[in-house]
Amino acid sequence: MSKSVGRSMIRVDAFDKAAGRAQYTDDLCGRNALVTRLVHSTIAHGMVQSIDTAEAEKVPGVVKIFTCFDVPDIPFPTAGHPWSTDPHHQDVADRLLLNRHVRYYGDEVAVVVAEDEVAAARAARLVKVEYEELPFVLDVQKAMEPDAPQLHEAYPGNVLAHTTIRNGDYETASKEPGLLKVEGWYDTPTVQHCHIENHVCTASMEGGRIMVTSSTQIPHIVRRVCGQALGIPWGKVRIVKPYIGGGFGNKQDALYEPLCAWLTTQLGGRLVKIDCQREETFVSNRVRHAIRTHIISWVRPDGTFAARKIECFSNQGAYASHGHGIVAKGMGAFPQLYPCPNVEGDAWTVFTNKPAAGAMRGYGIPQAMWAGESHLDDVARALGRDPVEYRRQVVMPKGYVDGFSKNENYYDTFRQVMDKGMEAIGYAEKRKRYENQTGPVRRGVGMALFWYNTAVWPISLESSSCRMVLNQDGSVQVQAGETEIGQGCDTAYAQMAADAIGIPFEDVHIVSTQDTDVTPFGTGAYASRQTYIGGFSLRQTGELLKERILKYAVELTRQMRENLDLVDGKIVRTTDGRALMTLGELATEALYSLEHSQHITAESTYQIKNNAYSFGCTFAEVEVDIPMCQVKLLNIVNVHDCGTLINPALAEAQVHGGMSMGIGYGLSEQLLFDEKTGKPLNNNLLDYKLSTFMDHPHLQALFVENPEPTSPYGTKALGEPPACSPAPAIRNAVLQATGVAVNNAPMTPHVLFPAFREAGLL
Amino acid sequence: MSIQYKLVRCNINGRDVEQMVDVRASLTDMLRNDFRLTSVKKGCEVGECGACNVIIDGECFNSCLYLAAWADGKRIRTLESLMGPGGELSDIQQAFIDEAAIQCGFCTPGFIMTAVEILESGKEYTDDELRKLLSGHLCRCTGYENILRAVKKTMYKRLGREM
Amino acid sequence: MYDLKALYEAQSVQDAVRLRLEHPEAQILAGGTDVLVQMREGKRAGKELISIYGLDELRGVSIDGEENIRIGSLTSFSHITRDPVIQKYINVLGEAVDMVGGPQIRNAGTIGGNTCNGVTSADSASTLFAWDAVVELTGEKGVRRLPIQEFYISAGKVDICPDEIQTAILLPKASYENCFGHYIKYAMRSAMDIATTGCSVNVVLSGDKKTIERARIAYGVAGPVPMRAAHAEEAAQGRPASQETADAFAAAVLEDIHPRDSWRASKAFREHIAVELAKRGLMESIRLAGGELA
Repeated sequence: MSKSVGRSMIRVDAFDKAAGRAQYTDDLCGRNALVTRLVHSTIAHGMVQSIDTAEAEKVPGVVKIFTCFDVPDIPFPTAGHPWSTDPHHQDVADRLLLNRHVRYYGDEVAVVVAEDEVAAARAARLVKVEYEELPFVLDVQKAMEPDAPQLHEAYPGNVLAHTTIRNGDYETASKEPGLLKVEGWYDTPTVQHCHIENHVCTASMEGGRIMVTSSTQIPHIVRRVCGQALGIPWGKVRIVKPYIGGGFGNKQDALYEPLCAWLTTQLGGRLVKIDCQREETFVSNRVRHAIRTHIISWVRPDGTFAARKIECFSNQGAYASHGHGIVAKGMGAFPQLYPCPNVEGDAWTVFTNKPAAGAMRGYGIPQAMWAGESHLDDVARALGRDPVEYRRQVVMPKGYVDGFSKNENYYDTFRQVMDKGMEAIGYAEKRKRYENQTGPVRRGVGMALFWYNTAVWPISLESSSCRMVLNQDGSVQVQAGETEIGQGCDTAYAQMAADAIGIPFEDVHIVSTQDTDVTPFGTGAYASRQTYIGGFSLRQTGELLKERILKYAVELTRQMRENLDLVDGKIVRTTDGRALMTLGELATEALYSLEHSQHITAESTYQIKNNAYSFGCTFAEVEVDIPMCQVKLLNIVNVHDCGTLINPALAEAQVHGGMSMGIGYGLSEQLLFDEKTGKPLNNNLLDYKLSTFMDHPHLQALFVENPEPTSPYGTKALGEPPACSPAPAIRNAVLQATGVAVNNAPMTPHVLFPAFREAGLL
Repeated sequence: MSIQYKLVRCNINGRDVEQMVDVRASLTDMLRNDFRLTSVKKGCEVGECGACNVIIDGECFNSCLYLAAWADGKRIRTLESLMGPGGELSDIQQAFIDEAAIQCGFCTPGFIMTAVEILESGKEYTDDELRKLLSGHLCRCTGYENILRAVKKTMYKRLGREM
Repeated sequence: MYDLKALYEAQSVQDAVRLRLEHPEAQILAGGTDVLVQMREGKRAGKELISIYGLDELRGVSIDGEENIRIGSLTSFSHITRDPVIQKYINVLGEAVDMVGGPQIRNAGTIGGNTCNGVTSADSASTLFAWDAVVELTGEKGVRRLPIQEFYISAGKVDICPDEIQTAILLPKASYENCFGHYIKYAMRSAMDIATTGCSVNVVLSGDKKTIERARIAYGVAGPVPMRAAHAEEAAQGRPASQETADAFAAAVLEDIHPRDSWRASKAFREHIAVELAKRGLMESIRLAGGELA
């Protein structure tokens, strides 16, 4: 019965994007818009004493300058989480639209509104800010020290949250005689999403309401946050989300929409635009949490784990944003991926005077896999075992069930993906060939697994809403609250909707733009949830629409409902397979009938109380030029089990992008800060080393398709998983090549140089 | 302070035009604001991302780092020029669609224009050469893989060969 | 939109000279890939600009009456790389400027701009230093020529008089004849990057290809301006084309260079890489010159 799902349909937005006519936020902005320039803090920590705007206001073209002394005193949260009606589960409200207490170099203290961007930029440079400077701290563990500078009154000691795992009895178990102790500290860097479209939003007022157009992943959440930040009813805000130039989690936060919404209220409802510069995107949006992880494994000679301990220190930066959710998810993988009866875990999320960390593709799992999978290779090496063969012994078995999420490992996914990856890269042969090399240039092959779970249930709400509207010609508009951000969900939704209703793919008109006035409620693009979660309401709403169509068909055809079906856009009598009429004929009759006119539509919400594991691995082959301290990636393969592929070509493309991000994470990307001032050093696309076209080998994406039993379409997470395992796989390949275990990502020449020296290779 | 203007006469996408431009404007500003050619995207405004790439007299330039005033006498092509009179896409646009080389679509116009320059050279390039020729564009969605495939496929097709 | 006060577009070299004298505060603008970036950053905001970008007379590569290779200052990097004269006599320069930024930047950026901004990391500069290039400046009183090493004064500062613009870069025959060289850009990624260290080496071998008659080496980012490594050159001069010579040559560079610690790279790391680049650069130059390492 499945006609569209499983086929590599052309993206529904591909033509417009290839033709250059797809409209993004700035493309839609009226020419009359006032423009803005933010004034950012030039110290890492302090209190704004005064702001002198006199010189700035003299710049021709300046309309108005607002400072941290002008904004409402309403702290608001920014994280793109579903709202919780339980106050204890709500996100931390810790920032104002502009801040007097500045907590990182780049915090917003004022905003210039002007007629043109030159005037805005010039005036912003002339705004004089006086600070009372306070000591600052950048390092996560130093921020936990008793005399560390304090960022938030409500969080003494700078600890936003601390959670633990206590399974069995770690202390006793680790004293078992004959155990091998393997211990390591693993560090991951601060990195940024680097979507090519910077965050941009515009706001104006219509009919006493605020209309915001924004490059966001989460329009319905942004509406709520704008309402909260301005202290107005949420219905007074309308958010429109057109095409967006990538998000990767950065736009899973309310960024400048609340400020932009407030500005228009101060400017008589005039259209105003906040357009981030690339330098601002790096610092004053969100970054990925840098997490430092300490792992101790107590291993028996047969390789089994007697006891394991993990400590994670997550650098939150200046504001809570997504907060502890990231490291909590990462630490959650630890006892599951390699089960052990005695586990002790501690995760701390700690404020520092760095840019606020939020969601980023993988949500704590890339950090956790860097630590955990690097460590697992260290264990295998200590045991003298092959890393793949060893993982086969200790990895999560088929049938494993997590008590909290109720997730079940229905298939033997880990062993299946390893088999496929090994074969693709020629692991066994290369692993042997690269043993015992000498000389300045050496090769290695390595791998890493990743653990991921789809969506946010049971921690938060998971629901999805959908609306379907039948047209006269039998085609159907489909709207959902979930958002297209480049990943291709519009296309996947059209495929699922077509099958649920029983019409051809071409007859589904997916409405890409979300408009909170019109679009059914949905929380947006995050947690690799949309294909899985959206599938439920698409299926349910499709069936509802189909039922209404067939009910009307009973009237027109005088056939029994049970003998009718909607197949490929035709009303079919199932008893003999005869097509009685087309859906277009039915729809036209239904709408214009003088007897019984009906606009056939369907709308429904499905609340999902399930979750699904989504696992896979990366295999990597490298060549290390030791004197040059350079790693060249020769081959890389990702293997995923994300269930049934809705659209194989788009799935493969998603994996490529994630692998690319993972390669940068392992080898080159890192946002750097001046230790003396807290100033970001490389917040531009030249100095921040995002991989270029020349830094990648061929990227190979493979799949194992084990249908997810809880999903109506057999699908589960794919958006984020591809970014989770490339970095540790590359690290483990470097380990084979050189014998050097590099524990700090990214493995730049600056990291490799001292490591190779210490190892006596240089 | 009075604003300085310059009358720029140039050819944009095959059409001769005259435009009075603020000399402070970049070519990106002129193309987006005066001619509403919004395929020309702004991603960094310092020539690092390639999203604003256009062809000027046969060569690719980041229009963010090109003064609008310099456009005088030039022949400028943006992505909007590639579509045929009947609305048919060019082979390279179609290849980007067919090879799933488009995701968020923001880097796409710039990439396609560089691909046009590469393809119009009429030469055959190796994968490494193509990677270098395309390296002035950053993309965060695709890992460049399918973009390479789309350009390569079109190159071979134009050379009358199979990939 | 750039925050520029006024734009003056020169119609000829003479016109540029006149504009220079009329607007002493104005900044010269060539391909724009550095000046416009700085202007956007606010460093040069509000300044007047004299654009010489329209001066086609300053584009192209030729061999002049004195058999110098003459590169017009506005010749773009991509045109240098593709030029047959460059490819025949000093291919290494074409290769070096083919590592600047990415293709679009190489279409816009000019060799004149690359040298006039006075930065040590310029990809053309180390090769121009290593090949004893001569800078031609044109001013009110005519043409002035000076060796590129004298042209660079300090970081970001070059010897251009208030009435002058740079009009050409010359490579004397004595420099390029029978000479073969190699440039290695050491950077953090393979495109769109600036050099952590750049090293350009060239050699002239004896007729039997066994002896190094002349070796020259220059670095970018080994000091505040590009620089030659005289001790290294001495260590190779007249020596056999051998691995041993390459090692001695490379070790000697440490007597010449003085890189510093910065967030981009440590001094120790830069020194380590500089030695390795010298060795690899010399070996490859010998190979290109038809020699074999003894």
